[in-house]
Amino acid sequence: MATQTHGGAAHGSVKEYIWGLVWSIVLTAIPFALVMSGSLSNGLTLAIILLCAVAQVFVQLVFFLHMNGDSDQMWNTTSGVFIVLIVAIVVLGSIWIMQHLNHNMLMGH
Amino acid sequence: MSTIEIQHEAGYTGYVSEEHHHDYAGDTLLGFWIYIMSDCILFATLFATYAVLSGSFAGGLTPADLFDLNFVAVETGLLLFSSFTFGMAMLGAQQKNMTQLLLWLGITFALGGGFLSMELYEFYHFSHEGAGPTSSAYWSAFYALVGTHGLHVFAGMFWMVILVIHILKDGITAENHTRLSCLSLFWHFLDIIWICVFSMVYLMGVM
Repeated sequence: MATQTHGGAAHGSVKEYIWGLVWSIVLTAIPFALVMSGSLSNGLTLAIILLCAVAQVFVQLVFFLHMNGDSDQMWNTTSGVFIVLIVAIVVLGSIWIMQHLNHNMLMGH
Repeated sequence: MSTIEIQHEAGYTGYVSEEHHHDYAGDTLLGFWIYIMSDCILFATLFATYAVLSGSFAGGLTPADLFDLNFVAVETGLLLFSSFTFGMAMLGAQQKNMTQLLLWLGITFALGGGFLSMELYEFYHFSHEGAGPTSSAYWSAFYALVGTHGLHVFAGMFWMVILVIHILKDGITAENHTRLSCLSLFWHFLDIIWICVFSMVYLMGVM
């Protein structure tokens, strides 16, 4: 059974899962409430949405997937960081290139 | 790099000698984790497409016309809660508690089903209102992104059924526990993707 603690699925506890759930609900409720009420400026709302999304991804990784800095998770973490880099290049790169393209083609603002 | 070296560097020194063993949890889970990382790239391309096409409505309906945030909030709640209930099922499996495992898996399945039904209803509703997959570049990207996530949820539920059959047949064996751990990774991963979907598609769509 000892092998099952390796490779990305360490054991959790009820307390950990409940904390994960509470944090998820809070970090979901904040952006929904902000957008629904429309009380803040668009730029600020956008920033808070992105912040809450990133925070919630980390909450899920820590509380539900039990990721931490342990050395037995090194390959999970390494591949994870690598994928974040690739995803950033694909998403931000696409947006960047296509915006310039649209600008040069005079298709929009 | 050989398997042994990978195991060694990852700290799996305890069972290098068991290399002939046909299924042990550490390698299987790491392999599944790498599959999930590759799935991230699939979703990244869909998100990039969506972002690039997020203003291309071809003069038709925009997301602000159709999205209902109350509806999406309930959808999100179902999926978030299912992530929690899957965690409880995992605890049941670790304690070898069959009743707890099956009960929480059943709840997770029901929540997943609820989520999927709401999504299908939403697709039907949008198409009915005149925003189908062929209406504009924006809606094509929308259905591709949200639909791919939905297909993953469906696959996860299908897998859950198969796994419950395995568990009912063989009990909570080491192999079934490994399979359950993989499904757990998959299910939490879908929740993480949904966080990006509701933030980027729904919340930003109505702003």
